[in-house]
Amino acid sequence: MKLLWLQASGCGGCTQSLLGAESRAGVFAQLAASGIELLFHPGVSEVSSEDALALLGDAADGRQPIDILCVEGALLRGPNGSGRFHLLAGSGRPMIDWVRALAARARYVIAVGTCTAYGGINAAGDNVTEACGLQFDGAERGGLLGEDFRAGAGLPVINVAGCPTHPGWIVDTLLLLEQGRFTAADLDAWQRPRFYTEQLVHHGCPKNEFYEYKASAQKLSDLGCLMENMGCKGTQAHADCNLRTWNGVGSCIRGGFACISCTEPGFEEPGHPFMETPKVAGIPIGLPSDMPKAWFVALAALSKSATPKRVRENSRSDHPVVAPALKKSSPK
Amino acid sequence: MSRRLVLGPFNRVEGDLEVTLDVADGRVASAQVSSSLYRGFEQILLAKHPLDALVIVPRICGICSVSQSAAAAAALADASGLAMPPNGRLAQDLILACENVADHLTHFYLSFMPDFAREAYCGRNWHAAVESRFKASVGDALKEMLPARADFLRVLGYLAGKWPHSLALQPGGTTRALTPTEVVRLLAVLREFRAFLETTLFGDALENVAALADPAALAAWADGRRSDFARFLQIADDLGLAGIGRASDVFLSHGAYGSGDRHLFARGVWCAESATLPAPFEPSQVYEDVAHAWLQGSTAQHPLHGETRPLLGEFSEKPAAYSWCKAPRYGGRVVETGALARQLVAGHPLLRALVAADGASVKARVVARLLEIACVVPAMESWVCAFVPGDPFCQQWQLPDAASGVGLVEAARGALGHWLRIEHGKIASYQIIAPTTWNFSPRDAAGVPGALEQALVGLPVGESESAPLSVQHVVRSFDPCMVCTVH
Repeated sequence: MKLLWLQASGCGGCTQSLLGAESRAGVFAQLAASGIELLFHPGVSEVSSEDALALLGDAADGRQPIDILCVEGALLRGPNGSGRFHLLAGSGRPMIDWVRALAARARYVIAVGTCTAYGGINAAGDNVTEACGLQFDGAERGGLLGEDFRAGAGLPVINVAGCPTHPGWIVDTLLLLEQGRFTAADLDAWQRPRFYTEQLVHHGCPKNEFYEYKASAQKLSDLGCLMENMGCKGTQAHADCNLRTWNGVGSCIRGGFACISCTEPGFEEPGHPFMETPKVAGIPIGLPSDMPKAWFVALAALSKSATPKRVRENSRSDHPVVAPALKKSSPK
Repeated sequence: MSRRLVLGPFNRVEGDLEVTLDVADGRVASAQVSSSLYRGFEQILLAKHPLDALVIVPRICGICSVSQSAAAAAALADASGLAMPPNGRLAQDLILACENVADHLTHFYLSFMPDFAREAYCGRNWHAAVESRFKASVGDALKEMLPARADFLRVLGYLAGKWPHSLALQPGGTTRALTPTEVVRLLAVLREFRAFLETTLFGDALENVAALADPAALAAWADGRRSDFARFLQIADDLGLAGIGRASDVFLSHGAYGSGDRHLFARGVWCAESATLPAPFEPSQVYEDVAHAWLQGSTAQHPLHGETRPLLGEFSEKPAAYSWCKAPRYGGRVVETGALARQLVAGHPLLRALVAADGASVKARVVARLLEIACVVPAMESWVCAFVPGDPFCQQWQLPDAASGVGLVEAARGALGHWLRIEHGKIASYQIIAPTTWNFSPRDAAGVPGALEQALVGLPVGESESAPLSVQHVVRSFDPCMVCTVH
């Protein structure tokens, strides 16, 4: 399959993340061995200038077939719908025109990252650049290509959301497409691949015992659970970050800071400071997914009252100060 | 006979770049460097909670993500007078060094070297070997470099949770304390990375590379050596890369690693023509000019009082404008920043000698980047050994109702500054000058071209050439990051 990659208004971070994909010979060798040919990537390919424009022109006109179009970065419609905030260099033509033309030719279209899927950080504040995603404008369907857009093979845009995306999310999506194992039924309501969004960041969270007892971090670098005070949305956010891990050993929560739910549309404007948990009457507004409020309040009160001294003391330190007790007999 | 060439899109630079060349008598007579994307981060940051900057600014750039975090954290710390504990300083330095070293490596293998594998060089005696090793996206070197890079980035997995876009860097330190076991694991990661560098990139011990003190020693060292750095030096001599790419020869470094007056690489401004000790950097001498930018306003402003308002409609009313990039100047002068500037200010004898002989050049910029890898990785090893597990990593930041702060750091690409003002507990102003804003600036109000615009003048352009390779080498030698430029 031939893969063409475009960079719109993004930070390039999803490509940087992809370069770190786990593979003995690197991600390009892995893709090549899987039958995916990198036709063009602005950060990687040899061609420049008129050669690059010729290649893109051929693809837009249908002379050069493309199987997969990956777009990385938000689509800037401003100012005043003109697309003038991002002209593809050398072409004098707005990037949004290029994206429309190329998407119409591709068998599959992938939005790489939350910017491309929903607008993302570009759309924060007053969204002066009129940034949107390929098929969504925030949580609203539509975006640049419109709600009814279907790529050549019949699927809508595949939103591999995340800020940045985990390299595995991209590679897995590409390999599934290459194997013909990806259908519309594999997308969730936000058009994200279900294989990583039908899990919660909470799953595999290393702070699980602190969460169970509501032994909460009081300040940055504390070991305790980040949900009650530090703005963590791991119990609501859709991603497998603590099962897959990042850069071999990490994740946001493993790094000691809050999950900001970067795979969801609108994460960039949470309506509260990112590193503070919004509360009403001392209860976090954002409750764990699928948890009735009354149960959460009751369980939280009960578990707080039952918190072991070890868990409470460790939650307020940046390193364990009390070790689990050794039992006199082996665990039963 | 004169003609105009418009070059773009430039592949293998981060972000979107367009260069317009006026060619006369077979040489570049003048150049205009245009950033063709506007992103609006300085507007997004207004009225936010000051700590929200730590979420927003890394997302300016996925390749300098940690550098942006570090600058924001430093500006916020400055605004409240907060100092970080030694473990926090070590962790921040390690995180930033890891990103910077990984960026140097990525630039060399992915962005810069593939140009020498082009068909246009097939007559050179080194071409066949370089093509199989560095051909864009398929060269053998990537099969070694990408896994080595991914393994090295485990440093960030441990210390920063993930890369890019971490919230681990805070005004008071870092959010992730290390255990004693993690300290030894970090050392193991660095040991493996050192082995890759010493085997593949250099073919020698890092300390021997860092100690190369003059051009003759460098030439003798490279002679007959089998390594990627030695291959580059052979190409550089064959193509005369020491003779192209000279800009203003005034170099700025904010000072890298450590803090206050104790940096591993010193802060200052160094001029090739006076070739004396670096002058102290005076932040008050920095201003940004928008005379040739598609931005509103006309007077040059210090970044603490600057603003960013894009033209929204009548672009024709500002015909002199050709870029979304502002034109920063230091005391009225065009400066160059980056690894070369950093090492010149720090006083590395080899780089000082190379620039004394030829001025800044494509060769000197690449040598500086690789030499810096050899200098920084041993420093990283020493920082890991200096951690004291159990001691604090982070002090708590208090929100001032009104304050201002400056954060000056060194990204891989050079001097990065954040200037912020807080009023009523919210961000009232946030201005950023990124390294490539310095290097790829448009003309200022006096019509003085920016650093790259100067570096391109005089390059030969053949009759049939539309995108001369020498131009591409010079552009990529700066390791530009356009997405930072147009924050």
